[in-house]
Amino acid sequence: MPTMNIIQAVNDALKLEMRRDDGVVVLGEDVGKFGGVFRASQGLQEEFGKERVIDTPLAESGVIGTALGMALYGLKPVPEIQFADFIFPAMDQILSEVAKYRYRSGGQYACPMVIRTPYGGGIRGGHYHSQSPEAHFIHTAGLKVVVPSNPYDAKGLLTSAIRDPDPVLFFEPKRVYRAAKGEVPEGEVVVPIGKAKVTREGSHVTVLAWGAMWHEADQAAKEAAALGIEVELLDLRSLQPLDIDAITGSVRKTGRAVIVHEAPRTCGFGAEISALIQERCFLYLEAPVTRVTGFDTPFPYTLESEYLPRAPRILKAIREVVAF
Amino acid sequence: MRRVRDIEEARKRKGSLPGGSPGGGRWEREFPLLTVIADDGSADPAEVTVSDEQAVDLYRWMLLSREMDERMVQLQRQGRIAFYIGAIGEEATVLGTVAGMEEQDWLFPSYREHAGALFRGMPLATFVCDLLGNAGDRMLGHQMPCHEAWAAGRFVSISAPIATQVPQAVGAAWAARIRGDDMVSLTWFGEGATSANDFHTGANFAGVHKVPVIMACRNNGWAISVPRELQTASETIAQKAVAYGIHGERVDGNDLLAVHAATRRARERAAAGQGPTLLECVTYRVEGHSTSDDPRAYRGAEEVEAWRARDPILRLARYLGWKKLVGPSETDAFRADARERVRRAVEEAEAFAPKPALETLFDGVYAEPLWQQREQLEELRAAVAADPRTASPR
Repeated sequence: MPTMNIIQAVNDALKLEMRRDDGVVVLGEDVGKFGGVFRASQGLQEEFGKERVIDTPLAESGVIGTALGMALYGLKPVPEIQFADFIFPAMDQILSEVAKYRYRSGGQYACPMVIRTPYGGGIRGGHYHSQSPEAHFIHTAGLKVVVPSNPYDAKGLLTSAIRDPDPVLFFEPKRVYRAAKGEVPEGEVVVPIGKAKVTREGSHVTVLAWGAMWHEADQAAKEAAALGIEVELLDLRSLQPLDIDAITGSVRKTGRAVIVHEAPRTCGFGAEISALIQERCFLYLEAPVTRVTGFDTPFPYTLESEYLPRAPRILKAIREVVAF
Repeated sequence: MRRVRDIEEARKRKGSLPGGSPGGGRWEREFPLLTVIADDGSADPAEVTVSDEQAVDLYRWMLLSREMDERMVQLQRQGRIAFYIGAIGEEATVLGTVAGMEEQDWLFPSYREHAGALFRGMPLATFVCDLLGNAGDRMLGHQMPCHEAWAAGRFVSISAPIATQVPQAVGAAWAARIRGDDMVSLTWFGEGATSANDFHTGANFAGVHKVPVIMACRNNGWAISVPRELQTASETIAQKAVAYGIHGERVDGNDLLAVHAATRRARERAAAGQGPTLLECVTYRVEGHSTSDDPRAYRGAEEVEAWRARDPILRLARYLGWKKLVGPSETDAFRADARERVRRAVEEAEAFAPKPALETLFDGVYAEPLWQQREQLEELRAAVAADPRTASPR
């Protein structure tokens, strides 16, 4: 079985889905001849031609707006937004148009597409190459939001996203784009959207994480084990739909929950998960549901290590929750 | 009011159309206002692209559109519908463009092109159901009035954000080309939309990739209270095509035959792989922006009256009279027929239950509801059962 990093896994999924369905088209800035600034679409234009792997002008609202029209006509566009930080010019198209199209037409039309975008910090990118804007999209009904943490899930979830009947935001953790390596089967890999994965079983505390922060949470869990704390670690993988049964099942078992995300804390997705846990697991809780997150600041440059919820901060929260 | 007076004086000086561009300068010469129907109703047969039968048919469509708009405003005033936005005075622009397209072409409307949906087969009663948001509403009560979609007629869904439909129209036409289909997209927008970013991105994407799309600007002079002169310093809208490397034309938007002929030319160019056209239709919004607007607060009556005299329906009637196809008695009969059709449509629509079923609130958010929607529907059902005021308007 070949070993891949996340970029190679994304590239593999795109290639296989484009071979399987000639309606799949890739479009965005630099995605064609160059193969994308992170090389995720490398080789696709050579194989599928300029009509299906399109270098667009530099305007995100145009990338998503044209993708929407293509989707209405029956293609399956996979637009790339070069960095999640640059998705905001396309917000009107995504929130007002893509998310609402099926609903507002009474089901007469749909515009399924997969908006791929690298997100997250820890790469010395400052405000505009580091943010994690997933909560904006989860807050908008009509969109699905998926965040893989490893190459296998990246391939399997992207495959599912391309086949999904709804628009999907596919956030790729660029901090571990190349660092996260793993065995990924050749040929079709399908990981269903909406299923979390228990990556470590434990009985003392549940830790919920996704994307690049899963790696930090995993490190913290290993360090906690050395201290005799058994962490149950869930990689949520899909934030909308959310695997609520996996979350409540685990928290009812452990009685404790720590939520990790790198987006700012206030109104981050951790707030929603925390509310869901207290609504559904109130009588099982042994300690307050705790969040370890980015801070309520723009994403910083020099102090990004301090800003990110890395393993030491997660470990501290785990210890406090267990000792509560 | 100084602004309006200045503009009117400039127009008199240049002899140009009120509500159109005031210049008479270089760009008005580069993009002359194309007309087909002369003041006396005559037309050069070489420039006419509709048959006699089609001309009469489109005349009847214009009368129906006018009748519907007038009647729906009345219904709004009576409190029977919440809102209306129509196309009074702009019927030639709407119907001339849609009639110039082929059946398989897709339409990307702004929010005044309801006649386009009807022309493509949306039943009048279904349209009125959309205005009522009732149990017969094809949109399931999900949108406010005048935001219809009619997929059977390739008339896509209307939204309120400005110009978002322009890149979407480009995308659909692009997809058709990828599929090898003979399909040209038509998108409508107002001159105000040419200030919005998506007009620019749409025109630019279409130009770079030579996408078969027609961008039809209904330049009706006003974006709510803001006159065309405060939208752009360009002398014309059509000249914006130059910077995008695409074809531009400027036609008299109150001359159905001119609009139709220009649309045919644009479609032929698009289908032949010669790329998009920016088609500026110079017309005028003789009524308020919508039923929520009172234009007396921001513009003079003189300008409006000048445009009422240029009514597109009277214009086509003169042509039909010149051709001896339609006289006043036929017009009266057509009007009566339109009135009766609208009356029956309202009657039919009002026979539906006033609201769609409760569960339709959650229909179509996703292809299949997520657990949240399923739970929330149950929560709502329980709330309505516990206290019926949950479902009352106030």
